[in-house]
Amino acid sequence: MATATVAAAPAVRTEKAPGIKPRGWIGFLFIAPNLLGVIAFTLIPLISVVVLAFTDWNLVSGLGGITFNGIDNFVAIARDPGFWHAIGLTLVYVVVSVPLTVVLGLALGIALDRPLPGRAVLRAIFFLPYIVNVVAIGMTWLMLMNPRAGLVNQVLDAFGIQPGWFASSHWALPALIVMAVWGGVGYCSLIYLSALQDAPRQLYEAADIDGASAWAKFRVITWPSLLPTTIFLLVTLIIGASQGFGLIALITAGGPGDSTTTISYYMYQTGFQFYRFGYASAIGLVTFVGVLVLTLLTWRAQRGRSLND
Amino acid sequence: MTRSKWLWGIPLWILAIAFLAPFAWMISTALKPDVDAYKIPMQWIPNPFQWDNFTTVLSGATSVLPAFGRSVFVAVLRVAGELITATMAGYAFARMSFKGRDKLFLLYLATAIIPAQLLLVPRFIYFQKLGLYDTLWALILPGMFTVLGTFLMRQFFISQPAEFAEAARMDGANEWRVFTRIYLPLATPVMSALGILAFVWSWNDFETPLVLISNPDRYTLPLSLTNFVDEQGQIAPGLTMAASVISIVPVLIVFVVLQRRFIAAMTHTGIK
Repeated sequence: MATATVAAAPAVRTEKAPGIKPRGWIGFLFIAPNLLGVIAFTLIPLISVVVLAFTDWNLVSGLGGITFNGIDNFVAIARDPGFWHAIGLTLVYVVVSVPLTVVLGLALGIALDRPLPGRAVLRAIFFLPYIVNVVAIGMTWLMLMNPRAGLVNQVLDAFGIQPGWFASSHWALPALIVMAVWGGVGYCSLIYLSALQDAPRQLYEAADIDGASAWAKFRVITWPSLLPTTIFLLVTLIIGASQGFGLIALITAGGPGDSTTTISYYMYQTGFQFYRFGYASAIGLVTFVGVLVLTLLTWRAQRGRSLND
Repeated sequence: MTRSKWLWGIPLWILAIAFLAPFAWMISTALKPDVDAYKIPMQWIPNPFQWDNFTTVLSGATSVLPAFGRSVFVAVLRVAGELITATMAGYAFARMSFKGRDKLFLLYLATAIIPAQLLLVPRFIYFQKLGLYDTLWALILPGMFTVLGTFLMRQFFISQPAEFAEAARMDGANEWRVFTRIYLPLATPVMSALGILAFVWSWNDFETPLVLISNPDRYTLPLSLTNFVDEQGQIAPGLTMAASVISIVPVLIVFVVLQRRFIAAMTHTGIK
């Protein structure tokens, strides 16, 4: 089972597939159904985002109302305090929630790799939040974090803290982060578990003979062998968190004030509440390029640092 | 060894119970009269058991059953469509040869990293023009043709030996026959893994219907849960939680019954 290799490096395995025999167009016919759908529902919309980003278009004016305005949208973005506020919030959200999820996921993954009473059930429990739909989860947490009577504050009351959570512009973002971490930790631990199966057992035996401490074994053997998986998780979680949208649309609608208006929600507002589709497309494009650069940088950080490279 | 097993087990079980608390609260509240939902201190065992919450959300004007049916309809078509187009395309990318194949595959990989929200605006306009806006087809069609599914199937077929096809062709089998009779039967485990994932993605999808469906009579299940929130944002606790419990039952069944396959599928793709 090459689970970890696939999981750790999905985009890297682009080596040429050995074909059987050149058979002209038959292979193309096999791809056609999928390709036509991808062109129609992904590629054409994508191209139109790029085109729309250079237009000024208010949906209400209909397709005839599209006017090209060159790089005006991008100039406006650079001067738009709402945009930069949203970028800042997104960065805080990503920088806090992603490392927290990965570190806790790693700890949990290592713990769940050991012999434990009821290990299979434990693994399922931690994974559960990941597969439940965002509305059911959002509604539940919204009630759990009710500042007056929610269960979370009933517990925290014992420690003398009473955060206002979604009712407070200071606590709304932390509340979203708590939910994101709760939802993602089980997923991380599961990916780490499959990577731990591939850890080099002989190295541990050699280290045991040398009398290495548990911490030394982790630092020298476990961590390097988990590095590709960590990079993979960081990349996918950064992409996922920078798109974080469902919970915000559902629970806070960007508020209170604009305290949870992250970049993807800002784009949604611009497009679907103010109908400024040209500007919304430009925001989407800029964000996409930004996330892409961030992703490539994270991916490159892996070079020369993993055990097998 | 046994002692250390329990030494680690106990804190993990405490953490697990804390993790489960929101779900326990969900079920408890679903069975409570609304006045008890925010009782201080929290009342875990409902008294009395208010089964009415479930009968209300399953019948009458506020029933989530039609939405449940629509979610099933969308999921079945999406899963079936994705399996058909992804196996064919994945097979061709891995096991057939034609001009431009590898360049096309790179293009596929590139589109896989496009964030879904970037496509919301153009899809919205596009589906309006096609007359598909506010219909279930707006949810079904894009889900039938996925790059990720194709990628997953290609990864599988590329690990299969080419000799089977060579031998079958010697015997005069055509390409379609080689695919359906030889390679497809081998792919059933991967197909079931992809099918499970595709079902869960479809079942839980909230963002697409939020943007592309406006008529509450066409809401799928996740969106229909918001029906129990009034104009002021006040949530009806018992009804919302009863409907939420109903919405997670199918995924829970898939997860419990097919746990091993599900987890293997998750770790194989590693992608939500």
